[in-house]
Amino acid sequence: MEKLTHIQGSIVAIPVNDIDTDQIIPARFLKVTNKEGLGKAAFCDWRYLEDGETPNPEFILNDPVYQEASVLVAGDNFGCGSSREHAPWALMGAGFKAVISTDFADIFNNNALKNGLLPIIVDADTQQQLFSLAEEDPSTAVSVDVEAQTLTLPDGRAINFPLDEFSKYCLLNGVDQLGYLLALDEEVQAFEARNPQRVATTA
Amino acid sequence: MKENGKPRTLFEKVWSAHTVRDQSDDTPAVLYIDLHLVHEVTSPQAFSMLRERGLSVRRPDQTIGTMDHSTPTTPRNELGIIPVADAMAAKQLDVFTKNCSDFGIPMYALGDEHQGIVHVIGPEKGLTQPGMTIVCGDSHTSTHGAFGALAFGIGTSEVGHVLATQTLLQNKPKTMAVNVEGALGDGVTAKDIILAIIAKIGIGGGTGYVFEYRGEAIRKLSMEGRMTVCNMSIEGGARAGMVAPDDTTFDYISGREHAPRGAGWDAALSKWRQLPTDDGASYDAEITLRADELTPMITYGTNPGMGMPIAATVPKPEDESDYNKKIALDKALNYMDLAPGQKLLGKAIDVVFIGSCTNSRISDLRLAADFVKGRKVADSVRMMVVPGSQQVKRQAESEGLDEIFRAAGAEWREAGCSMCIAMNGDQLQPGQYAVSTSNRNFEGRQGKGGRSFLASPLTAAASAIAGVVTDPRTMMAAN
Repeated sequence: MEKLTHIQGSIVAIPVNDIDTDQIIPARFLKVTNKEGLGKAAFCDWRYLEDGETPNPEFILNDPVYQEASVLVAGDNFGCGSSREHAPWALMGAGFKAVISTDFADIFNNNALKNGLLPIIVDADTQQQLFSLAEEDPSTAVSVDVEAQTLTLPDGRAINFPLDEFSKYCLLNGVDQLGYLLALDEEVQAFEARNPQRVATTA
Repeated sequence: MKENGKPRTLFEKVWSAHTVRDQSDDTPAVLYIDLHLVHEVTSPQAFSMLRERGLSVRRPDQTIGTMDHSTPTTPRNELGIIPVADAMAAKQLDVFTKNCSDFGIPMYALGDEHQGIVHVIGPEKGLTQPGMTIVCGDSHTSTHGAFGALAFGIGTSEVGHVLATQTLLQNKPKTMAVNVEGALGDGVTAKDIILAIIAKIGIGGGTGYVFEYRGEAIRKLSMEGRMTVCNMSIEGGARAGMVAPDDTTFDYISGREHAPRGAGWDAALSKWRQLPTDDGASYDAEITLRADELTPMITYGTNPGMGMPIAATVPKPEDESDYNKKIALDKALNYMDLAPGQKLLGKAIDVVFIGSCTNSRISDLRLAADFVKGRKVADSVRMMVVPGSQQVKRQAESEGLDEIFRAAGAEWREAGCSMCIAMNGDQLQPGQYAVSTSNRNFEGRQGKGGRSFLASPLTAAASAIAGVVTDPRTMMAAN
């Protein structure tokens, strides 16, 4: 994972509640065995017309003025549904570095952080303000300081967002969480010695 | 099992028994995983990561694989093989076979006598037991909570973590008691309970929580009914849902392939009996439903929280005071091509799907078969019945259920996830309406442009016969 310390980028808004991971990337794109090229499939069924190829001119991500956006502002409860990690892979493949919402589904939140896609929780008023700003001026940019856990709006207002210490450490240092777990091998062995195995699938 | 005399919930007991390292200000808890289920779709990148780092699978003997998501449910050929026509799916299945073989993980391949949906085979083989921690790269892992296990879905990075270390980093969730009091009426099922719960709390209402389903109506459910309820915890936003184990649980497990035996059984039973929530233990939140007030439920929108009693009318966006919710409802009704205030009863449908990890077990198939027996599926309807596993399929065939379905004009298929996720060619066509026993009605979930009404196997069967959305109780009364 690459280090993530700051994000500076323009925003695009999809003001829809409960955007599920089937919309972020439909299941028919999950037959891959790697993570590459999934950006093309991001929001595929909203982004393309029925032929699956012609861009839907009504969909905001196809609007030429938003092509540089790297921060997505979405409705409440973003990323609900399936546990597919292909959702953050697709969003990152499509150029996004952060998603702003009032709340995120638990599994999506975990998956995003493990890939360096930053979920930023804001209150409903800020969310609405960002929806309006994005619509009024497509060049609207925000900046994010991961260390300080602040999202700074164009008016200079800096908003704090929650981020657990461990995820923050991993983002700032560009390390993934597996190294931490691998280093606990002795503790895991001790746990296994204290607790008999529950089921053996190979028996 | 009270700790220092402090009453604890079922969740707290299972959680604390599995913490390798407690949560601190700087790090989440490290949780030990007893059983890891893997399938072809969410595992390939995790195995690639292991190879890149030169890691092995720490406990292949606590891991089991099955093929389910992208597998065809079409008939076997003359050699008894289920052919895979889709080249990408075939490659993914080959990669999965190689991964399981290289890392020593037992795996049930397509068509194997034990193959099936990952959340159907765990319980039926006796691998799912009370007090365990169970994970899988699939959000419906919550199903296994029906046994008093802590079971939840994880992403592919986490699949890699568990493969390599048998542990996971987790922040401790909050607990919500979901009480379902009273008794269910005729024609009302476990599926209707969970659809009613989700309609009440909304699709994000349980985010950050583990549910514990309690109350008379839950205690009276069979294990398969409890699995149906726990399965859709994630549709209420909760990663896990649990039911305290009792004699219904123990009777189900007893004698299964991986169940403890002899003295081991007695020892297990005495531990399992300690698991239920202590009197006086508290939850972070609590909700209560009256089972006797429930009717068959159906969804009208594009997320499982958009559900209502089957005889109700579709809500009107103008009645919604929250602006975002009004927009969401308007968008959903537009996709579903439904008018605000219209009834769903009598709405013509094209497809009925009976299957998925929610409702593909033998009791679901018996319920549906009993209903269609001696009747005919409406000419305008395609009815697919997809058993959850090869074992369920064999059991159903031994009871003659396949013949009942075929005689009624339904398709009897091979086991798998099928039209619940529509990765394998089993899918709705654009604009089609389906009554489906699966768990998600998201846009395009069952096929691009398809429109899903989620309901119970009884409602699905009744609607297949009538050709329109039908309250099964009206046809039961006619019997």
